[in-house]
Amino acid sequence: MKISRALPLLIATTAIFLLSGCAALKLGVVNHAGPIAESQWRLYVIVGIVLLFVAAPVLLLTPLIAWHYRLSNKHHAYKPKWTFSWTLEGFIWIPPIGIVIGLGFVLWRYTHTLDPYRALASDQPALEVQAVGFDWKWLFIYPKQHVAAVNELAIPVGRPIHISLTSGTVMQSLLIPQLAGQIYAMAGMTTQLNLAASRQGAFLGENTQFNGEGFQNQKFKVIALPTADFDGWLARVKASSHPLDSEALVQLFQQSSPPQPIFFSSTSPNLFKQILTKSQEPRR
Amino acid sequence: MNPDVWPAVLGRFQWHSLPFVRAWENPTASELIGAGAALIVIVGAVLAIALISWLGKWRYLWSEWLTSLDHKKIGIMYIALALVMLSRALIEAVLMRMQQASAINSAGFIAPDHFAQLFSTHGSIMIFFMAMPFLTGAINFVMPLQIGVRDVAFPLLNSISLWLTGGAAGLMMVSLVVGRFSTGGWTGYPPYTELAFSPGVGVDYWIWAVSLGSVGSTLTGLNFAVTIYKMRCPGMTLMRMPMFVWTALCTSIMMVFAMPPLTVATALLALDRYLGFHFFTNDLGGNMMNYANLFWLFGHPEVYILILPAFGVYSEVVSTFSTKRLCGYTSLVLATMAIAILSFTVWVHHFFTMGQSPNINAVFGIATMAIGVPTGVKIYDWIWTMFRGEVRFTVPMLYSLAFMITFMLGGLSGIILAFPPLDYLVHNTLFLVAHFHNVIIPGVLYGLLAGYHYWFPKAFGFRLSEKWGRVSFACWLVGFYLAFMPLYVLGFAGVSRRTQGMFDPAFRPWLYIAGAGALILLAALGALLVQLWVSVRDRDDNRVATGDPWDGRGLEWSVSAPPPEYNFAVIPHVASRDAFYGEKRDGDPYAPPARYEDIELPKNSRTGPVIGIVGAAAAFGLVWHMWWLATLGVVTIVATVIARSFVRDVRRTIPAAEVERVERSWLHAVAEAKAIPREIETTSANQGLAEASA
Repeated sequence: MKISRALPLLIATTAIFLLSGCAALKLGVVNHAGPIAESQWRLYVIVGIVLLFVAAPVLLLTPLIAWHYRLSNKHHAYKPKWTFSWTLEGFIWIPPIGIVIGLGFVLWRYTHTLDPYRALASDQPALEVQAVGFDWKWLFIYPKQHVAAVNELAIPVGRPIHISLTSGTVMQSLLIPQLAGQIYAMAGMTTQLNLAASRQGAFLGENTQFNGEGFQNQKFKVIALPTADFDGWLARVKASSHPLDSEALVQLFQQSSPPQPIFFSSTSPNLFKQILTKSQEPRR
Repeated sequence: MNPDVWPAVLGRFQWHSLPFVRAWENPTASELIGAGAALIVIVGAVLAIALISWLGKWRYLWSEWLTSLDHKKIGIMYIALALVMLSRALIEAVLMRMQQASAINSAGFIAPDHFAQLFSTHGSIMIFFMAMPFLTGAINFVMPLQIGVRDVAFPLLNSISLWLTGGAAGLMMVSLVVGRFSTGGWTGYPPYTELAFSPGVGVDYWIWAVSLGSVGSTLTGLNFAVTIYKMRCPGMTLMRMPMFVWTALCTSIMMVFAMPPLTVATALLALDRYLGFHFFTNDLGGNMMNYANLFWLFGHPEVYILILPAFGVYSEVVSTFSTKRLCGYTSLVLATMAIAILSFTVWVHHFFTMGQSPNINAVFGIATMAIGVPTGVKIYDWIWTMFRGEVRFTVPMLYSLAFMITFMLGGLSGIILAFPPLDYLVHNTLFLVAHFHNVIIPGVLYGLLAGYHYWFPKAFGFRLSEKWGRVSFACWLVGFYLAFMPLYVLGFAGVSRRTQGMFDPAFRPWLYIAGAGALILLAALGALLVQLWVSVRDRDDNRVATGDPWDGRGLEWSVSAPPPEYNFAVIPHVASRDAFYGEKRDGDPYAPPARYEDIELPKNSRTGPVIGIVGAAAAFGLVWHMWWLATLGVVTIVATVIARSFVRDVRRTIPAAEVERVERSWLHAVAEAKAIPREIETTSANQGLAEASA
């Protein structure tokens, strides 16, 4: 094959290869689907732009100066005793300090507005969800609705969600990249996460903290539904007549990677509290 | 024999503890790889023993190296250890990359448990048994020569530190052959690493290997700090010290303060596991958050313990190969101290996601960004050092330039991670993995490799092959970008770290690129080994016995290569920074002294090897619950220390006549050597004598 013909082919292959690679980003914050992730993405862009300006001088000056002042180039000034200049010292200390102070203000503000514990402003009351990390699955309890699901989190679009987390086993971390950042779930302790979905869809959720052999399978679907569909989902789960009784709870504490979501039609009213206590009991 | 005796003798050992038995019963690729690794360890050890016996070098090895208290030999042994461990941990990294590339919605070829052992050993080895020994070795070899002394403050302690590190590294290798390693990662977070969730021997291997290593590093830190504070040669004021010594000093102080929290954390975890305490368990009031704080109170300064000496190397290399004094010396000293102090104020950024208040997160986030300032100052000062200099693109200089650009990118992703709201999204993902490799590979590995190329001629008397050095450098550089840039993308797509399987085909191109990068990094290591082989083979063409192959600036270049065991026939007096460089221009650095005197040096000692080997044996006993072995080991160590304290005859004298003979023969070689200009320093014409041009 001639080079002239091989080249477009090569370019096309590379392009397809990379385009299919860009599909990867669709699973992340770039393709945000809620107000929290959207603000986080905006912050990425702001910080990214500032950092471009921070990096540019070093990325340009390093190769330029090294090459210009190479030994074989005889057309440059050589001043081996020159080692200090107040101007340059000022240039390398003061602007970076200024940038850090500036970014410090941005950081302070966004850390508070995007605090995972902070309730989302909305005219609707938040939907309460309790998430429990088990080996190697997530249990989502809807305490007001008295239903629960393993490895599926259905939420209504547009309504704030308040998640309380704990772990029935070792430490885990709940991350839904398209909706919000992660927070740890620890046995005997409760952490909180506020998020919301602004559009319908199915998003990836996962545990990011290694917890044993089934870790890589500990993924779940977050399904954002219009309110009516969400109510339908709740009704379907309620109708499944599969209660989360003490026997089922013992099962949840066992290590397993359920291949399909499991739905529980009813739960005891203080299930979350029960788990908080139970996860602190000796295992051996 | 009564069958009940066996558990008392062998503890928890069973036939299934051997990977060969496991592979025989269940011959999957994963088990076969495990058995293969065990086989490599055994065959490697047998071959090494056979080779030494065949050459009849046991006595030489024992008396010239293993029991030596000479800081130069201890330094070289540290670096040899680091290179061996680097090879293992790099192969593990390649296996992990291959697994992830092959495990897109399929099982791949490495089982999850095996994969978890791989990332745990990879991280533990790279930090504790590659980076730490490498930098400790470099400081050991270079620092005393740079400050004009004949040894470190406590030569025996130095040997004990080496052997504790060596014993711990040995334990890591043994874990390949007997039992399994921890699956809890290099951080060993409880409660996962508690008995309730990880009952096997793996976590115990991790605890004792890390504990031995951390004790060794604490002692090293004390030793170096005292040496630098108390023993500098006359005239070597603090502000005349070479930059590398400054970074060594800061690193030593940090070791003294940062290693004990780690020792405490692992000791408390051991109490939980062995004696039923509840420091970090889920039940009975344990709290793993205390572990996270203790671990990172060590873990964050540790990063700068690793990076500062590399910054020191870059300062030396950039100045030497730009034929120019280091720019902004005072700024660099201040920046180094600032980094050392700030590094103790940022540990919470390793767990922004643990649920503390936004005030706490914001304060630690801002403190984290603040470290960027002194770090940036350093990079600019190196750029100003090249400015109006005469830059020579030798291998160490190439590493330095690659570092400046690559480290800058790693610093940028570090600033992103310093923002708690941004960290929430990419914490625990491959983005984080990409970030810390992006700072540690250029910031530590490139630096130590630059130092290796730079000081190798000093240590062995001949230059390393420039050609193979460049090949290796190119592979380390290209391999790094290919292996880690895709991980930023994957992390941004929410791929968690430490995952044995991949859940989306869209990741495939990035995983393939990263896999290719890992293979190129392996080739880089291969090229490094080829370089060593080629350089040893051609050593007679590249001798630089006179000792100054690069027109060096510090005192280390003023002695022969390799340096005599006493370093300096007469302790130097210095009157300025870069004393040797000035002397070459304005005086006669090779003038013989008026008279030679007897020199006292420490005698060899068996204490170090005994403590290291017995310490590792005791640790092995603890891992397997062979209580007799653990008790015997601890008693032997105590007895060794007591016995050593009764030894009075610890010094030997090198008579003045012997010193004079060695020095005269070196000065004769200097007189014979031809001074060369910098243009031909990488050719055989370089005999280690520099033409003093300006």
